[in-house]
Amino acid sequence: MKPRPDDFAERSKHLQHMSDEELDAYFWQLVEKVVDPLIELARTHTSPSIERSVLLRMGFNSLEAKKLVDMIFERGLLGKGAGHIVWRIAKEHNIDYIEAGRRLINGMYWDDVDRIFKGVKK
Amino acid sequence: MTPLDPKKPIDVEEILKDLDKYRPRRRGWTWRKKLPEGTKLDKYEYYQISEPLKNSIPLPAAHYFNNIDPQPDVVITAEIASGRFEDDIRRMRMAAWHGADHIMVIRTLGQSHFDGLIEGTPEGVGGIPITRKQVRATRKALDLIEDEVGRPINFHSYVSGVAGPEIAVLFAEEGVNGAHQDPQYNILYRGVNPVRSFVDAAVAKKIMAWAGMLQIDGAHNANASAKISWTVMPELLVQHGINCMFSLKVGMPKENIALSTVPPMIAPTPEMRIDLPYAVALRELFKGFRFRAQMNTRYIESDLFDATRVHVLNAVLSRLTSADLQSTITPDEGRNVPWHINSIRGVETAKHTLLAMDGIQKYVKIDREAIREKVRELKMRAILMLEEILQMGGYFEALEAGMFVDNGYYPERLGDGIARKKDGEIAAGTVVPRDPDYMAPVCEHFGYNNLPEELERPCDLIGGCTFHKPEKIQFIDELDETDNVNLRLQRVKDMKARNVIKPEVEWYADGWIQLDMTFSLPEEYAEAAALAVCEKLGLEDPTIIAKTVLHPAEGTYVEVKAKVPFEIKIDELRLPKKPETLPEDEIFDFVSKRPITVVAATVGEDEHSVGLREILDIKHGGIEKYGIKYHYLGTSCPPEKLIDAAIETGADAILASMIITHNDVHIKNMRRLNELAIEKGIRDRVLIIVGGTQINNDLAVENGVDAGFGRGTKGIHVASFIVKKLRERDALKSGN
Repeated sequence: MKPRPDDFAERSKHLQHMSDEELDAYFWQLVEKVVDPLIELARTHTSPSIERSVLLRMGFNSLEAKKLVDMIFERGLLGKGAGHIVWRIAKEHNIDYIEAGRRLINGMYWDDVDRIFKGVKK
Repeated sequence: MTPLDPKKPIDVEEILKDLDKYRPRRRGWTWRKKLPEGTKLDKYEYYQISEPLKNSIPLPAAHYFNNIDPQPDVVITAEIASGRFEDDIRRMRMAAWHGADHIMVIRTLGQSHFDGLIEGTPEGVGGIPITRKQVRATRKALDLIEDEVGRPINFHSYVSGVAGPEIAVLFAEEGVNGAHQDPQYNILYRGVNPVRSFVDAAVAKKIMAWAGMLQIDGAHNANASAKISWTVMPELLVQHGINCMFSLKVGMPKENIALSTVPPMIAPTPEMRIDLPYAVALRELFKGFRFRAQMNTRYIESDLFDATRVHVLNAVLSRLTSADLQSTITPDEGRNVPWHINSIRGVETAKHTLLAMDGIQKYVKIDREAIREKVRELKMRAILMLEEILQMGGYFEALEAGMFVDNGYYPERLGDGIARKKDGEIAAGTVVPRDPDYMAPVCEHFGYNNLPEELERPCDLIGGCTFHKPEKIQFIDELDETDNVNLRLQRVKDMKARNVIKPEVEWYADGWIQLDMTFSLPEEYAEAAALAVCEKLGLEDPTIIAKTVLHPAEGTYVEVKAKVPFEIKIDELRLPKKPETLPEDEIFDFVSKRPITVVAATVGEDEHSVGLREILDIKHGGIEKYGIKYHYLGTSCPPEKLIDAAIETGADAILASMIITHNDVHIKNMRRLNELAIEKGIRDRVLIIVGGTQINNDLAVENGVDAGFGRGTKGIHVASFIVKKLRERDALKSGN
């Protein structure tokens, strides 16, 4: 920002008449306005760390979670949810989902992933 | 698990045993249990204390007050940062005994930028790498320690960097009770992409909320990085506001959201008049949130006393306003990786000040009217900043323009703020929109989630997530054969097998010591001379850690740290003999049959009478209690007068207190008493007993008196000695 002197006296004129309670309420009203778009951004987006946290909660270890998310991110499929992909592949092959994740790490089933999630035909 | 034995060090191998199966016993934060106002300890009423500990070490003066160790109502933090968890847990135990119940484990340098979790037990720099194994081992040790002291201990670390959500999961699974979480900290001080920081933060906070963790924000860092730290006060209100509101909207309960606040200023400025209105403005605006009062780090120099004074005043401010959590900073932050002793000193400083100020608001109140204008001005400045952020287009736009951490007192701007690009910095471009079919089959997941309908819990889809089925958690032991706790413990085991020891400050027997010395030299010469002294002593790696100019020409005080190159063999240590005491009944019995009289005084030019009065007076458990009669001649008594009084009263013993040891005056006085008693022909019928902080029995006997008693002596020690000696002598007489 460009340097500027302290113009508090001028700038705060519209606040000076407010009571203490009004000031406090106005402060929180403004904070909420700043925060709302940030919350909306978070609600509608995801990240590699978020998806790794999903896989951890599913019972993968950190090494497995990292490899899976890296592979999914590279394919541009993170927006589907890493846990979603692993779960869906497990269902497709009727196997345990941890096993499905490990097989994906070993390079298996990616054709199925592309077919199901990218609509790529065999 | 076997409970800890206060007489034995904690067994790290025992902690590591079966760690893969260990589950924490609880989740969530625990506050202290406050005792009713007016609760009495010894004879003193307290208004702000909590339940006592089972095992603890009280403040130094406690022995004058029946060893009471009142615990303030406020949770007290100890920061732990050795870089080795096996040494961290030893320090945690020390801190817990001194009254800490919030253990804040600092992370290794660089973990913020580690994209994923670290595993195993590698050594860290300035803190430990946070891994599942280290966290689990630490929690297991803390479970034992909390049983030993008798109070729950909150374990805390950091949910920040580019792996925030994963670390939050790890903490929730492993029973970590509190964490720092503030996306603004990531952005401003860790250079992490702003979008990534906020998106990750929401998921992390939701998980923390489920785990009942206390969240501490990161706003106080603006104090630490500002040129003049009061100028960022309006912005601090804004930063606290953003993190608090963001957390609330994610679903974290208000009472688990804590503001990290620091009194920004320090003397020589009139700090209290600057810090107090700010503290009040915060507490008014953020009513209902928790307050974590941190101590000032911005202005800590390398002088321990200076740091301690600052921290006392910081805790005074906590009591004049309020605090839920009193954090402590080791006063040696400015010169070392924090040492054990200084970590404990930080805790003692907080405990001492909080107790000293107990209930002070009953007598002292802030004049709200007098500071009202200042408080309103701070709030208005923060409001104006928020208005401008919104005018600029919102948080990211203001951030890019350099609105934050500008050194101008808002609305003044110097144009030196930290600007971060919305689409730049570390991990930029890694955030993606959730597709309409985005799905995450786990619980406590923040945000859009296209789950199939009719699920009771999201994780029903996978037969339970780790939050509901912790047996699904995988434990990774070690990944690095060359950097792990087993290798480090070899050194410790080897030393223990040979029964040798070295001094330590941070790691087990690391060899570091501290020396202090004063030279009649100017600064530069004094420093060089101090290093030369270390060299002549054969010490390794000497480093100047602090100095005080006493006068430009007359003297300089220097503190040095250095390493000792040798080990001490414990088997060969000679321990001073402890004075043997007789059973009290035996003393009472003897004195009732054979009355004993003594004369007592502090000898020479010595006005220190406290120690002697404790040995004599019945109210301190002195010899009077056993029926021994004493004639107290007062302070600064010449040896001649003591001998004359012994003759006049027919005393059985002379008790001479000697605190002053300048020019060996104590030794001269011992000899003089002996010689005078011989001259006057009473030496064979009077015992001469000396005492004082620098006295020991060997020294006393060498110089012709019958016994010497040092620090920690009680009446019963002296009474036992007199009775034993008289009994021997009487037996000898009757034998004749």
